[in-house]
Amino acid sequence: MADKNYDVLILGAGSVGTPLALELAEKGRRVLVLDELASAGQGQNKEAIGGVRATHSDGAKIKTGLRSLEVFSTWHERRGDDIGWLKGGYCFPVYTESDERLLKEMLKVQQAFGLNISWLGPEEIKKLAPGISPCDLRGGTYAPDDGSASPLLSGQAFYRAAVKAGAEFRFNEKVTGLDISGGAVKGVMTDKGSYAAAAVVNAAGAKGAEIAAMAGMTVPVRPDCHEAGITEPLKPFLKPMIVDIRPGDKSKNYYFYQNSEGQLVFCLTPNPPVWGDDCRATSEFLPEVSRRMINLMPQLSGVKVRRTWRGLYPMTPDGFPIVDAGAGPEGFVLAVGMCGQGFMLGPGLAPTIARVMDGAPTEEDKEILHGFRLDREFAGMEKLK
Amino acid sequence: MSERIEEHMILPAREGASVQFTFGGRELEALDGEMISTALFANGIKIFSRHHRDGSPQGIFCANGQCAQCSVLADGVSVKSCVTPVRAGMKVEELRGVPGLPPAVCVQDAGRIEELETDALILGGGPSGLAAAIELGKLNVPTIILDDKHKLGGKLVLQTHKFFGSIEDCYAGTRGIDIADKLTDQLKEYPSVKVWLNSSCVAVFSDKKAGIVRDGTYCLVRPKAIVTAAGAREKSLPFPGNTLPGVYGAGAFQTLVNRDLVRPSKKLFIVGGGNVGLIAAYHAMQAGIQVIGLIEAQERCGGYKVHEDKIRRLGVPVYTRHTILRAEGKEELERVTIAEVDRKFTPLPGTEKTFEADTLLIAVGLNPINEFHQQALAFGMNAFVCGDAEDIAEASAAMFSGKITAHKVLKHLGIMAGPVPAFWYEKLETLKSRPGPTGAAKERDHDRKVYPVLHCLQEIPCNPCATSCPKKSIKIPVENIMAAPKFEGECIGCFKCLVVCPGLAITIVDRRKDESAPTVSVPFEIGRGAVKKGDELELTDWEGRPLGRAKVVDIRDFKADSTLILQLAADGAISDRVAGVRLYAEEKPGKPAITRDSPDETVICRCERVTLGEIRRALRSGVRDLNQLKAVTRAGMGACGSKTCNSLILSICRGEGIKPEELTPMTQRPLLMETELGTFANIKCRTAMEEKAGWSGF
Repeated sequence: MADKNYDVLILGAGSVGTPLALELAEKGRRVLVLDELASAGQGQNKEAIGGVRATHSDGAKIKTGLRSLEVFSTWHERRGDDIGWLKGGYCFPVYTESDERLLKEMLKVQQAFGLNISWLGPEEIKKLAPGISPCDLRGGTYAPDDGSASPLLSGQAFYRAAVKAGAEFRFNEKVTGLDISGGAVKGVMTDKGSYAAAAVVNAAGAKGAEIAAMAGMTVPVRPDCHEAGITEPLKPFLKPMIVDIRPGDKSKNYYFYQNSEGQLVFCLTPNPPVWGDDCRATSEFLPEVSRRMINLMPQLSGVKVRRTWRGLYPMTPDGFPIVDAGAGPEGFVLAVGMCGQGFMLGPGLAPTIARVMDGAPTEEDKEILHGFRLDREFAGMEKLK
Repeated sequence: MSERIEEHMILPAREGASVQFTFGGRELEALDGEMISTALFANGIKIFSRHHRDGSPQGIFCANGQCAQCSVLADGVSVKSCVTPVRAGMKVEELRGVPGLPPAVCVQDAGRIEELETDALILGGGPSGLAAAIELGKLNVPTIILDDKHKLGGKLVLQTHKFFGSIEDCYAGTRGIDIADKLTDQLKEYPSVKVWLNSSCVAVFSDKKAGIVRDGTYCLVRPKAIVTAAGAREKSLPFPGNTLPGVYGAGAFQTLVNRDLVRPSKKLFIVGGGNVGLIAAYHAMQAGIQVIGLIEAQERCGGYKVHEDKIRRLGVPVYTRHTILRAEGKEELERVTIAEVDRKFTPLPGTEKTFEADTLLIAVGLNPINEFHQQALAFGMNAFVCGDAEDIAEASAAMFSGKITAHKVLKHLGIMAGPVPAFWYEKLETLKSRPGPTGAAKERDHDRKVYPVLHCLQEIPCNPCATSCPKKSIKIPVENIMAAPKFEGECIGCFKCLVVCPGLAITIVDRRKDESAPTVSVPFEIGRGAVKKGDELELTDWEGRPLGRAKVVDIRDFKADSTLILQLAADGAISDRVAGVRLYAEEKPGKPAITRDSPDETVICRCERVTLGEIRRALRSGVRDLNQLKAVTRAGMGACGSKTCNSLILSICRGEGIKPEELTPMTQRPLLMETELGTFANIKCRTAMEEKAGWSGF
């Protein structure tokens, strides 16, 4: 017998689960969020560096990103808490002909989906990124409406708002199984009790495949690991997130921005990828990322690094999320495989998922979810991971 | 106006060329190579920066490169003044708020990161690390010992007092500064041990490597065994005014006074009656600083009684069962207010006392610096730990634990087969012993004409008096060096026991010339100029009670031991009770100006200015995950990485009745201290100034 009945159980109080809990609770649903960690956002949410963008390579993600931007950029005004939002934009400086071709081609798609983005010449890029290496700089793209927010503050703000709206949260509680009968999900068992609901959302991030397996489903999500760091605070000097997509010796792209505290936050994509869920610091990260950042902006060499950490990117084969309410047992919703972008996609996805669960998706919702369904071929590749 | 200590009883004067630098445009003088903070203190400057949150003035705090409170702008770059040497022509300014992007540099090249292997890597060149290195060196084990200072010895180099323990195990009776030299010299005999000075370990990584910044160059070391001998950091204390410049740790004070020979204070107050606080008071007096008082919350001081008695005799009031209520001052510390406490340590209204003081030292205990050890263990490295990093105790115990740890390393490396001898552990436990009971003073039971009086009645692990007596007349059983010494037998008045005693607790009464008017010889190491022959001084008994006045008939200078012996013409009736002379009259307290505090505004996280009120509110709203507390308040997110606030937060949780098992601890992440991005790329670059200097024109 279940200890308690709910309308919806959300597994994971992270980037996706918490905004969804808020959305559903505000619609009057009885929501319980379960998380094995001690408080909200303690999984990969707090490992996010805080960038929020709609600068993606395909329509579904661009649209989701635009919705997320709306949530983040208006949060303070609508809800009152400071989440460290800065509308600094995203800037991809370009140094090679092939990168220029790639980004310029993408620009057409991005603009077609309503993204405010344009190609800037080297002089304008230099103004956006003071001190950027001018040698071979060809220009770059700039999306001024993208921005950043503090994952710590945002995570807590979503959590507080969800609690206020009536959502319940249980922490330090590990899901041990799903109650499924007659092809429909009925509830969830944990190491501390059992809960009944006709809808269960898998928003378990890096543990998404594990939870899906409990429903007898195979979802192609496996985490790889990226390392990030944060510096001392400095007076504001850099507005946009700078993304350098050139490959390095042991890395693909890297990116950094100055947050609302004045601290530079930076992150590197290792190459080859580091698969697995080991989040312990390695000696490889700092030499690689520092060489690349200083190469791009020499002035950064004197900035003091305060702390570093590693976070997981729950990857899918094509780099797009899996959001699907019809692939498994009835009532079981997948919202997994955010590929390291849960923080920036979660708030934008929440209303879509909520409407789908109500059986009333909009046309745009359908469009978005078409790109994120589980039975796709996973053949393409997101170009702006 | 120079605040340099020109003459010190124990320490040689500081030498060095004098250089000019500016602070806020003022031309000032420094000694070449000294730290910026030292140069500022030498010039009477105590405010280094303005906090980026509230603009409040900040001064020195850890003096050890661990926090960032002493940051200044040096030639436009934000640096920690306590670990950055001053250079001729340097333009130093107060750091107001956060710094700007450092001035442009010309990056010449990115260097390769060197990777090295070694059998043993010892983090920390203090007493335990040195002792471990010596043991490893004796068996020719390839070892790297590193220390962030320019000289080995750790905190030994600040210890001007003589050490306790036994002579054969830990140099008892020798001053800490001399022990540092002895161990350093000994280490030179072992070529397999490489000493890396000015080197800091900034992180230990899961790929079993330690990231080390050596003289500004980053490298990775992969050791077969890693020994954490990093010592301890001082605990802080929450009270209103605790962030005022002038409020800092006893260790920072000892660094300024004994390493750098500057006088940062004129009127000093101390919180904490453990050995650290008691010794700091003594060191202050050796530096010519008046100690207004020392408070201890417990019934009795926790440190050795001989240390306490030493300062009481010189005239320092020790207020037991007292706590600090607040520190006050406009820009810097001006006053402290203390109050008596009840058995639950709650201040008793009406018992407040206010003293004028410019400096308040916090000496309320130490926490082990063991982050690297815990990480290394978690990463599956062969990790060892010794000294204070393992267990807070005296330096004598630290040396012995270093030796034991080296033995464990040798066994691990397969060099030594046998286990650590069991009796080594027994010895270590003895050296770590807390002081035992204090016996009652006994009447003289002999009628010798010259004899020592042993004002040492508390059980402590110490025996150099017994070892040094040429007549073997001072008895301490070999098997129990905790026992108080006894005099039995013959005395020739050679002063050996008196000079060697770390507690300065032995006097010699000489009645050979005149039975009724003996001379009493008391050891004295406050300063050569402090007392002159012919002075009439107030005598005190062993615990500082007045015994009337007497004339100094002679002063003998034991130069090799940096100890003076004052020979006093004491009355025959009190001669056995005379144990010292009083130098300072007791400072009378005034009434407090402020009578109400708002404890909620007490700062807990200094780096981010998070207050007690904010933390309590979060805890009372149900926060039990300290990571969530961090997310909500920013406590622990500053430059020091929760080194100071973590233990304060845990004690607030206890105060709120939250059980430890309810709490999820803060995640500890690298780096241990902030390090320039360029360091990790081994960037070779020239600053704009160097560029200009190197430019030869057309």
